[in-house]
Amino acid sequence: MPKRADIKSILLIGSGPIVIGQACEFDYSGTQAIKALKQEGYRVILVNSNPATIMTDPEFADRTYIEPITADFVEEIIKIERPDAVLPTMGGQTALNTALELEERGVFEKYGCKLIGANVEAIKTAEDRDLFRKAMDEIGLESARSVLATSIKDAEEAAKKLGYPLVLRPSRTLGGTGGGIVRSPDELHRKVGIALSASPNHEVLIEESLLGWKEIELEVMRDLKDNVVIVCGIENFDPMGVHTGDSITVAPIQTLTDKEYQLLRDAAIKVMRRIGVDTGGSNVQFALNPTNGRIIVIEMNPRVSRSSALASKATGFPIAKIAAKLAVGYTLDEISNDITKETPACFEPSIDYVVVKIPRFNFEKFPAADTTLGTQMKSVGEVLSFGRTFQEALQKAISSMEMETYGFDRAKLTKDLGKQELLEASGVPGPHRLWYVGEALRAKFSVRDLFQTTAIDPWFLGQIEELIQTEEQLKGRKLATLSKDELFELKSLGFTDRRLAQLVGAKEAEVRDYRKNVGVTSSFKSVDTCAAEFVAHTPYLYSSYDQGSDAPPTSKKKIIILGAGPNRIGQGIEFDYCCVHAAMALKQDGFETIMVNCNPETVSTDYDTSDRLYFEPLTVESVMSIVEREKPVGVIVQFGGQTPLRISNELAALGVPIIGTSVDSIDVAEDRERFSALIKKLGLRQPQYATARSAEQALEAARYVGFPLMIRPSFVLGGRAMRVIYNEEEVKAYMQEGVEVSHDRPVLLDRFLDAAIEVDVDAVSDGSEVLIAGVMEHIEPAGIHSGDSSCCLPPQTLSPAIVNELKRQAKILAKELNVVGLMNIQFAVTQSGEIYILEVNPRASRTVPFVSKATGIPWAKVASRLMAGKKLRELGVREVEPAGYVSVKASVFPFSKFPGVDTILGPEMKSTGEVMGIHANFAGAFAKSQFASNIHLPSTGKVFLSIRDRDKEPVPLIAKRLSAQGFGVVATKGTAQYLKEHGISVEVVNKVRDGSPHIVDMLGAGEISMVINTPEGWQPVMDSKSIRIVSNELRIPTYTTIAAGKAVSEALQMVKDRSFQTVRALQDYLNPAQESIKVKAAMVYGAIVYSAVISGAIL
Amino acid sequence: MKNERHQTGGPEARGETGYLAFADGTVFKGRCFGALRGAANPVTGEAVFNTSMYGYQEILTDPSYAGQVMCFTYPHIGNVGCNEDDVESSRVYTEGLVVRAAHKTPSNFRATTSLQAYLARNNIMGLEGIDTRVIVSHLRDNGAQMSVMAGGDGVKVDDLVDRAKSLGSMEGKDYVKHVACKETYTWDLLPWSLNHGNARKLSQEQLVSRPHVVAVDCGVKTNILRLLVDVGFRVSVVPAGTSSADIMALRPDGVFLSNGPGDPATLGYVVKPAKELLGKVPMFGICLGHQILGQAFGGSTYKLKFGHRGGNHPVRDETTGKVEITVQNHGFAVRKEGLSSKVRVSHINLNDNTVEGLESKELKAFSVQYHPEASPGPHDSRYLFKRFFDLVVGAGS
Repeated sequence: MPKRADIKSILLIGSGPIVIGQACEFDYSGTQAIKALKQEGYRVILVNSNPATIMTDPEFADRTYIEPITADFVEEIIKIERPDAVLPTMGGQTALNTALELEERGVFEKYGCKLIGANVEAIKTAEDRDLFRKAMDEIGLESARSVLATSIKDAEEAAKKLGYPLVLRPSRTLGGTGGGIVRSPDELHRKVGIALSASPNHEVLIEESLLGWKEIELEVMRDLKDNVVIVCGIENFDPMGVHTGDSITVAPIQTLTDKEYQLLRDAAIKVMRRIGVDTGGSNVQFALNPTNGRIIVIEMNPRVSRSSALASKATGFPIAKIAAKLAVGYTLDEISNDITKETPACFEPSIDYVVVKIPRFNFEKFPAADTTLGTQMKSVGEVLSFGRTFQEALQKAISSMEMETYGFDRAKLTKDLGKQELLEASGVPGPHRLWYVGEALRAKFSVRDLFQTTAIDPWFLGQIEELIQTEEQLKGRKLATLSKDELFELKSLGFTDRRLAQLVGAKEAEVRDYRKNVGVTSSFKSVDTCAAEFVAHTPYLYSSYDQGSDAPPTSKKKIIILGAGPNRIGQGIEFDYCCVHAAMALKQDGFETIMVNCNPETVSTDYDTSDRLYFEPLTVESVMSIVEREKPVGVIVQFGGQTPLRISNELAALGVPIIGTSVDSIDVAEDRERFSALIKKLGLRQPQYATARSAEQALEAARYVGFPLMIRPSFVLGGRAMRVIYNEEEVKAYMQEGVEVSHDRPVLLDRFLDAAIEVDVDAVSDGSEVLIAGVMEHIEPAGIHSGDSSCCLPPQTLSPAIVNELKRQAKILAKELNVVGLMNIQFAVTQSGEIYILEVNPRASRTVPFVSKATGIPWAKVASRLMAGKKLRELGVREVEPAGYVSVKASVFPFSKFPGVDTILGPEMKSTGEVMGIHANFAGAFAKSQFASNIHLPSTGKVFLSIRDRDKEPVPLIAKRLSAQGFGVVATKGTAQYLKEHGISVEVVNKVRDGSPHIVDMLGAGEISMVINTPEGWQPVMDSKSIRIVSNELRIPTYTTIAAGKAVSEALQMVKDRSFQTVRALQDYLNPAQESIKVKAAMVYGAIVYSAVISGAIL
Repeated sequence: MKNERHQTGGPEARGETGYLAFADGTVFKGRCFGALRGAANPVTGEAVFNTSMYGYQEILTDPSYAGQVMCFTYPHIGNVGCNEDDVESSRVYTEGLVVRAAHKTPSNFRATTSLQAYLARNNIMGLEGIDTRVIVSHLRDNGAQMSVMAGGDGVKVDDLVDRAKSLGSMEGKDYVKHVACKETYTWDLLPWSLNHGNARKLSQEQLVSRPHVVAVDCGVKTNILRLLVDVGFRVSVVPAGTSSADIMALRPDGVFLSNGPGDPATLGYVVKPAKELLGKVPMFGICLGHQILGQAFGGSTYKLKFGHRGGNHPVRDETTGKVEITVQNHGFAVRKEGLSSKVRVSHINLNDNTVEGLESKELKAFSVQYHPEASPGPHDSRYLFKRFFDLVVGAGS
């Protein structure tokens, strides 16, 4: 069928910020969809509030709205753009929910646009658990027995009928938010309320437990002619009871016969037809009773998903791209398979390898969080790994995790567990269960024992047992006694050099050298959709120890870009964004670009982002194998965050040609002593600091530095275990809490600059000239991790003189460090106007995408071209001063997934993602950023204020603003007293320790619509914790810094009169506002976009 | 060619080094599993690959694989062991198999034995630890190869290559005579189901009033017979080569031509009766049966470079425009050219545009090159059994 001619323009709804349950897989999907739709000649309009996405680059969609994804804002966009169609299936649950709301409001009808990709009825049937169950009954498929509850009373009755354990599944939530397993009436009471409030329609499904059953997913595609294909079957290593996003998963399915698999396939197709997904991809999840094969349909997602991204990467079949084409009327047989070119997309991929996904958790950031895994997703990222066997793929996946574990070592185990404790630990699904299972097998528990405790399929357990047995046989062996055949066999089981080194008592480098000497090196195989039946034209590769290799290297000039590995807090999509830009820009400059990464959610691991893709762990071992094979002229380490940096010294020592800023300069910036010398030399200032290598030294150092101070272990990512400390007692406590301190790993102390304004400056340099990409003023004060702070561009309170001085300092630092490429500097500006340098990162920072969107210049592209030898002058890039609008970046937190954790911000980074708000003024941009973060600012009600003394000065202003906007103000005694002194009377409420009725009672009763709470010191922090925990659970907007409180009080006015609810395309912001720089920016974009059009790389 | 293996019953392999040698001199080294077949009693056959990720037991027991050494592209084989139900005939027909990793400890609630034990019992040797992707690429680029496989002491690689060279080609070889039944029999079993396994069957009373189909057995997969019963037929099975008169004597309402191994061009003795039956009784052919019907329609067959074997081939039904994901297992195909004007090409393979189905409304006969009975593979094409039933019932009224 030809494509639809009744449609000319399509609005694609994105998924917004990265949150747990909705990560950059939707940037991957959406970017593919936009490319495909543009290629078909459609005018594409995009809405997405996440600036770190590739899809929001202004050259992708025709019209790009970086606006909150709420029905209000999307309606405004529809009003202006009048799209013929809306595609809601690429933006996860966010896009589907928004589309449903728009439909309910009659917006589509009003503006004459149609939903494509999925119809409302299909979405409703799939999303509404009751309708879904009825639909399954109709087609003769079983569902778990369940009862829909809208109250605690309903839930009690359901429990009587179904018996414990039970599963709670709130309707229409992301990643199972608010859901969980309930084992007793007590637990039921506690959890049902939370589940009901998590559901937008206050519904929770109470379901019989299928704990311990096998969990299987099928990725299905269907077209308008009712052709249906299964792209991939995925088997969960963790049985039912663990959210599939938190499960280790394996493709293809390993433990079903064809007969059982075909029952699932038939069922999946029936589900697809009954739900009525006319075009596109869906995911159907099944539970299968391992003792008799009974099949139960769990759910289906009528859209692309995390699983579909995984299935695409696992098979080479681009589900999102094809779904987009199906949505505009093509049928599967009309679309060709990009990889084989000669065969159509209407087929089912056959794979000749095994793929293993392991989720990445960040529980260390949330010490109070429950680490037991259940039906609510808690992981923040994932790795995917390919091997010719499960064992190889599994061990490669482990080494991809960047968790200092390189196989079944003991790095992740609690020390000295007894034998029985090991077995018990294996039985509890948690972030490190895999290693406990291995250790229990090492302790000679049988596969049978472990199956009884874990319900993990004996096949998987048997595979791990073989690995453990192999390790045990290696004990006492010396490296030099391993024969070539033995070593080859070990490598083909996936043992890393690092793990082998541990097992034979050698160094990793010795194993690598010995291995290469005896001639054991990896081969490289294609991911080609067809198990080599047809020739693959796309070099999408993974390594394996096997006989033959595919896709021999070319003789072109190549640059390898090392990616950012799994998403985690502190390292998210922003770095992948930079890597993708490097690939695009260098391709244009005539290089063959080679991407190395192991994160399946990303655009960087799309097979057409680079010329060649190696889906591999970012370890020295894997990268060296690729470098030795490809012999690149350059390797880029400064775009992938900490991931490539942690191995860059070793790579440089092995002779890898790292381009851009030298590894030595990076080291200067990271090394305290060297950095301090540099600061002195340049006549700049940094906060007083000291280094301590023991608890005693720490006290001494603290006295020297002075209080308050910031303390942290060395070598951390995203401020882990950092803390602001106010007195000596707290220093002692910190040192006792098990911070690892040693001569090699000292503890670092820095003077904490009170109430200073923090400023991020991004710059690029070609080695001689330096340009400032952007100056971002933080809203939260210094001391809040920069990744968690909101910031605005241009700065709102800094004087031009200060801004110029910041720029000057940035430039001399860049020159002194010989930066080639990107650099980020964090400054603190004290209230008296003194400038301190907090940190210099001579590499891409997480602000790069935001700055690029705010200024309209693709700085990562510019930087990568500089690294490859171009000069700024040649590129014609100039500094930009955006005028006429303000951009605000706000961070998005996963607190709702971790009930019971404190939401207070500090030096430890906790956010998972970011949004951008753009508006004519700061207040509007800030308000937008809050709505985009899913913080629904109130327009009526009472606001609670509890402010520490140090912060009280702006409180009267805030209170006045609130009153003027019609809000009631409630405050604790101290704050109320202060306000009274300033002539403002407010309602007084007890602190919790003063007894009921106190503030938490008020919160619980729904009397408070917003909280501003800034405690100081540990005791008040602990006292006020319950306020933040409750407001988090009830989703009451809460601000824990006075600066944010001030900003939000300003923003509320615009919320009240809805004046912030105007929308404008990024293209419009960038063009008219930048008459002066338009030409220069166009030169950069023009060159890139134009040549990309020619080669088809971007379109 | 004689299958000596069933008389000999060799020893069980325990990881001995073994070799797979191609006629073009390419040799692969691996470890033996299943039965050990030494230099004196090597495995011989055409090396082929199958891209199905599931269903190795059904493939091993499919009589169409007689004379072939199977290389599975999916690296893990044996995960789910073997059982009594997942069989397409009474024994293993594949001459030998080649895999990347064979699993000894099955995990599946229906498994009754391991792949190793199953093969040993059937005197079939497997080789593991081989880079099967290299074999696939080789066959894809260089075309089908005759091959020899042996393991244990005293195996000389050069001898294996020489032996492989002496095997000639699959072209001109008639395997049907080895695998077809010798006597006529009736079939009363229904398809497998999760709750009942293979055991469901119909009684004589249930069958007696049904339209009667005579299936010509060239190496028929039992799931075809099961689906014929399931769709509403009473089924009799006759040996390939049964004369048209003998078939008509059974008073069939329809005649079915089965799948089977070898070169279809050698099967004049099956084509002739088929040609005589055309127009007299509705006919349906699957795979080799399609190639027989194609020849009966005046067409001819040719050998494909490396064949189609897998469960993911897209085929378009030219009548409805719909695509079905099909199961395929054929090394030969029917040429478009030379077919009677009463026949049209009804199905096309979208990967290479080869003929996948023929239909003659006038002669009330149709056939498909692929396997609508699946087993293993997707069930998309089962509608064809219904189509045959409707054709027969319509013809009878």
